[in-house]
Amino acid sequence: MDAVGLEARAAALGTRSIKTTAKAYAIDLAISMVDLTTLEGADTPGKVRALGAKAVHPDPTDRTAPTTAAVCVYPDMVAAAKAAVAGSGVKVASVATAFPAGRAALGVKLADVRDAVEAGADEIDMVIDRGAFLAGDYLKVYDEITAVKAACGDARLKVIFETGELSTYDNIRRASWLGMLAGADFIKTSTGKVAVNATPANTLLMLEAVRDFRAQTGVQVGVKPAGGIRTTKDAVKFLVLVNETAGGDWLDNHWFRFGASSLLNDLLMQRQKLATGRYSGPDYVTVD
Amino acid sequence: MSKESTGAAAGRLSVFKTYKLYVGGKFPRSESGRVYEVTDSKGQWLANAPQSSRKDARDAVVAARKAFGGWSGTTAYNRGQVLYRVAEMLEGRREQFVREVAEAEGLSKSRAAAVVDATVDRWVWYAGWTDKIAQVIGGANPVAGPYFNLSSPEPTGVVAVLAPQESSFLGLISVLAPVIATGNTAVVIASERSPLPALSLGEVLATSDVPGGVVNVLSGRTAEIAAPLAAHQDVNAIDLAGADEALAKELEIAAADNLKRVLRPQPVDFAATPGIDRMTAFLETKTVWHPTGSLGASGSAY
Repeated sequence: MDAVGLEARAAALGTRSIKTTAKAYAIDLAISMVDLTTLEGADTPGKVRALGAKAVHPDPTDRTAPTTAAVCVYPDMVAAAKAAVAGSGVKVASVATAFPAGRAALGVKLADVRDAVEAGADEIDMVIDRGAFLAGDYLKVYDEITAVKAACGDARLKVIFETGELSTYDNIRRASWLGMLAGADFIKTSTGKVAVNATPANTLLMLEAVRDFRAQTGVQVGVKPAGGIRTTKDAVKFLVLVNETAGGDWLDNHWFRFGASSLLNDLLMQRQKLATGRYSGPDYVTVD
Repeated sequence: MSKESTGAAAGRLSVFKTYKLYVGGKFPRSESGRVYEVTDSKGQWLANAPQSSRKDARDAVVAARKAFGGWSGTTAYNRGQVLYRVAEMLEGRREQFVREVAEAEGLSKSRAAAVVDATVDRWVWYAGWTDKIAQVIGGANPVAGPYFNLSSPEPTGVVAVLAPQESSFLGLISVLAPVIATGNTAVVIASERSPLPALSLGEVLATSDVPGGVVNVLSGRTAEIAAPLAAHQDVNAIDLAGADEALAKELEIAAADNLKRVLRPQPVDFAATPGIDRMTAFLETKTVWHPTGSLGASGSAY
């Protein structure tokens, strides 16, 4: 990988000016792509219900706001999340496989996945074994992903690489192919639990990977940057990357997601600004 | 940029200062990249100042909101110490401010020095008020019942301040100091024609102990920057000292939408002793009721 070229291209695409109707479109599209996430040790069923309500009606004062794509929770909160979004079309995603470290035996990881699927998860976000990957044991990583994929049944599988721990762009590219060959429905940058999460450069790299993978195999794979995307401006930059790299086919919440929590409020405040002409504030969106 | 020949000794290149905004504890240029020419009272070019856009205003509000929790939560005594520290820093830059005020307002050196002295004294005066204002406007209220009833002032929040157009330094500090002394955070629009003392004040604040974001200084066209601030849903109050009649009316209408507190004073003599009106303008009153104790069988707790 040409690191300098990759970062320069990601930065250049980030300078596009998206205004007025294009901005309104981008904001609504971004809202519909949010995997509204709460992954805290202190999560309660009540908090998950509140999150579900927010996913269904992001802006209680404006019912024209689209729903988010999904809510993303820990496996033991799937049932509560499922009940909260029932009938709305909002999916429930669950992290699994000893998230976020992934340091557990395969049997434990698979049990974690089955638990989430049985509770009704529509999507599973697994973490790869970075230790095995960095040690060069790619086959172990591959086998683990295929085993998890089998355990998922009908649930879509998102594979998290934790790009911040993979050290190089070459590793991210390699991991992307590994994940897609092993049957990932989505490739995802990070857990949100480490210092470096989704960046424009690593997301651009993964978008190039899914584009090339489809060109070679005909199979389309989704991309989910997660962690560190907090502002509308950032989100719009990512959408520009999607459109310019993978193409319009990915501009849909079936193929592109944002793993985020605070991003949604900023999107809603910008949406209100476009609707009213006034800058909005945190008093006018829900407290999470 | 034709002043190479002035001021410097022969053979030495002039080092001009790049005036920048002060937002969130940093010194950014305007997001728009624009500047405008600042001249002295005789029309002689002094410097280029950033011409802020509405996005700079928005960024400043975000910074001010972020700083509000910490600043309003600081004890009043500590706020007083921090503000006194600002006065010390102002004093240390006295020569610079005398020059800037003299150029901006067309004053003689001695008149400008008197203005700067008065300004520093004004800052010290407000620094002393931080832990006294609660006693003066709060306290115990007499009520007809077995309760303690206590009122205590609390800061309003993020205050947009349109600094006076004519008095570029004394006027500026006379409207800014009361806002932050009581625990609010401020977004200040400097005098449009004479913004340089305000922009230099940013450098003083950055080297005092005032947390970044408590004061944010913008320069540019007052009307352009004030409009989005007046309409902003996350600004709690606005001081219209620097707005003319027509602009003030327009801003008041915009400010009504989220029920901002609006201070629209009559012409003020900034040389006179200010009183506490500007502090109370940006304070809310919280009142609590507390039982004096359980009532015994005799009907009295005492």
